[in-house]
Amino acid sequence: MSTFDFLLQGLAVASDPMILLYALIGVTLGTAVGVLPGIGPALTVALLLPVTYGLDPAGSLIMFAGIYYGGMYGGSTTSILLNTPGESASIVTALEGNKMARAGRGGPALATAAIGSFVAGLIATLALAFLAPYVVKLALVFGPREYFALMMLAFVTVSAAFGDSAMKGLTSLFIGLALALVGIDQLTGQARLSFGVPELLDGVEVTTLAVALFAIGEALFVASQGQRAEDGIIAIKGSVWMTRADWARSWKPWLRGTVIGFPIGAMPAGGAEIGTLLSYAAEKRLTKHPEEFGHGAIEGVAGPEAANNASAAGTLVPLLTLGLPTSATAAILLAGFQQFGLQPGPLLFATSPQLVWGLIASLLIANVMLLVLNLPLIRLWVSLLMIPRPWLYAGILLFATLGTIGMNPSPVELSMLLVFGILGFLMRLYGYPIAPAVVGLILGPMAEQQLRRALAISQGDWSTLVSTPVAAGILLAATLALVVPWIMRLRGKGAVLAQLAADED
Amino acid sequence: MIRVLTATKRRPDGAALTIAVALALLGGLLVWQAAVIPDKGGYAGIGSGALPRFIGIGLFALSAAHLWTAVKTGADPIARPHMGPVVWIVGGLLLQILLLRSAGFSIASGLLFALTAAGFGRRRLLVTVPVGVGLALAIYGVFDQLLKLKLPAGLLETLIFGG
Repeated sequence: MSTFDFLLQGLAVASDPMILLYALIGVTLGTAVGVLPGIGPALTVALLLPVTYGLDPAGSLIMFAGIYYGGMYGGSTTSILLNTPGESASIVTALEGNKMARAGRGGPALATAAIGSFVAGLIATLALAFLAPYVVKLALVFGPREYFALMMLAFVTVSAAFGDSAMKGLTSLFIGLALALVGIDQLTGQARLSFGVPELLDGVEVTTLAVALFAIGEALFVASQGQRAEDGIIAIKGSVWMTRADWARSWKPWLRGTVIGFPIGAMPAGGAEIGTLLSYAAEKRLTKHPEEFGHGAIEGVAGPEAANNASAAGTLVPLLTLGLPTSATAAILLAGFQQFGLQPGPLLFATSPQLVWGLIASLLIANVMLLVLNLPLIRLWVSLLMIPRPWLYAGILLFATLGTIGMNPSPVELSMLLVFGILGFLMRLYGYPIAPAVVGLILGPMAEQQLRRALAISQGDWSTLVSTPVAAGILLAATLALVVPWIMRLRGKGAVLAQLAADED
Repeated sequence: MIRVLTATKRRPDGAALTIAVALALLGGLLVWQAAVIPDKGGYAGIGSGALPRFIGIGLFALSAAHLWTAVKTGADPIARPHMGPVVWIVGGLLLQILLLRSAGFSIASGLLFALTAAGFGRRRLLVTVPVGVGLALAIYGVFDQLLKLKLPAGLLETLIFGG
C-alpha cells in the first residue's frame, strides 16, 4: 500500500469520536500550557503520563501529540502579548511580535502566528507522512552500531553543540547518564547503583526526573528571583484579522519557515529553537521592509512561528521511525510510548500501522482544531495570563506531585522528586541546561544496549563501531558537532552559539 | 531571566569548585561500583560494569574541566537568589512527603499548595490552606474516583468519598 492509502486509513482511525475527543483535549491543554509561562509541553506530557495508565494507548498518544502541537501554537500568544516566551521556541517571536503588539497591531501578529503555524503544521505533517516510510526502509539496514552512532550524535547535538558552554551541557548529559545506570541492567539482570534499596531497582523514572527538573526546579528558581516588575499584558486592540497587505507579506515567510524548520527538526539537531532563529535571519535578509525589523515586522513573526511548528513535526520523524528523541518533549513522548509497551521504530510501522498512521492523521486534524481554537478564542487564552503567580505555581506544584503520587505513592519516589527538584533549581541558577539530563536518562540505556550488542556481534572488537560508512559518517558528524563549536568558542564566536541555546523544550 | 550583577573580582569561582568536587565524588562512586559489580564481559568483552566505569571517567573529566574554568576564568555573575521563598516551597514538599500517608492526599497536598503560594508572596495561610485543601479534594475526586488513579486516602477523603 502507498503512503496515501495508509494516511486515508489513519484518517479513518482518527475520525473516531473518542479519538477526536482525545485530540481536542490534547490541543486545548497544549494551547493552555503554551500560553502559561513556566510550564511547557514537555512538563505537561510528563504530568499526564501516570494519569493515562488505564486509558486507551492510541488515544493517549494522540492527546500527547496534540499537547506538543498546541504548546507550539500557544507559546506565540505569550511572546506577542507579554514579551515573556511561554516556551523556548517562541523567543524569536517575541522580538517582532511584542513590538507589533505595542504598536497596536497585536491582532494581526497573533493571526499571522496562528495561520503560519497552521500552514507549517499541515505541510510538515504531510512531509512527515511521506518521508517516514523511506526512513523506515533505511532504518531496516541499520544495525546496533548505526543506532549507537546515531545516539552519540543526538547526545552531542542536544548537550554540547549549542548553548554558551559545552562543559555545562555535557555535565547535564552525564548527570542524566549516571542516573540512567541506577537499577537492573537490562542485558544481564545485574543490579547497579541500587545500594540495597528495593525502590531503586526499578531505576529512575523519566517522568519523575522531568517533572522535578521542569516543574519543581523552575518554580524554585522563579520564586528565588523575588518579586520583579512584571511586563504588563498588552490588550489586543482592533480586529485580529489581517489586512490584504499582511497576507501578501506573510505567505512567503510561512512557506520559507516551513522549509527551514522541518529538516532541522527531523535531523538529530536539538529542539525547535534553531529553526526559528535561522528563519528570522532569512526573513531579515529577504524583506522589502528592512527598516521595520526591530520595530514590529510581520515577516519576523510569520517565518519563525512557521519554522517552530514545522520543527515540531520534524522531530517526530526520528522519534517515530528510529525511536530516537531529539528534544526533551520528544524524550517524554518516547516515555509515553514505552508506558504502553510500544517501542517506536521501524517495527512499529509493521506491527501497529493503525496506531502510527492514526497518530499522524490525527495531527492533521489537530492542526485544524488548533486554528479554530486559536483565532476566534484568542481573548479567552489571553485571560489565562491574568492568573496571579502564587496561585499558578502552587497549582503547578500540586499537579507535579499528583503525577508521582498516582504512579507510586512511596516516600522514596517523592524524595527523589524533591532532590531532583533542588538539583534542577541549582542547575538553572548556575546556567546548566535541563534537556540534556532528560535525554541522557532515556537514551542512555538504549545507547548502552546498542553498544554492547554491537560489541557482542563483533566479539569485543571495538573497530566494528566505525566499520561501515554509515556508522563512521555519523560518528564523524558527532565529533565535528563537538569540536567545531568548541573551536568557535575559543575564537570568541561563542555568542552566536549561546543564542542558539536549546533551553527547555 | 533577570540577571542581577554582583560585584565580581577575578577570584576562583567557588560554585564551580564545589560542582567540581561533587562531580568527582559522583564519578568516584560510579567507578567504585563498577569495580564491585561482577563483570565477566562475555562475547562483548564488556558487561554490566563497563558503562558505570566509562561514565565515571567522563564525570572525572568534567570535574577537571570545572576546576580549570574555576581557576582560569573566575566567577560568572549569577542572579543572586532569595532563599526565603525556596525554603517555603521545599518545606511544603517535605511536609507533603511526611503527611501523605497519615493525613491523606488532600491535606498533605493542600499544605504544599499553601506553602508554595506563601513562597510566591501570598502569606495569608488562613485563605490559602482551605483553598489548597479544597482544590486537592476536587483533584482527588476527579482522579481517584473517575480516572481510577490510586491516591492515598486519609480521614478527609474517607469521610467525603467513603472508603
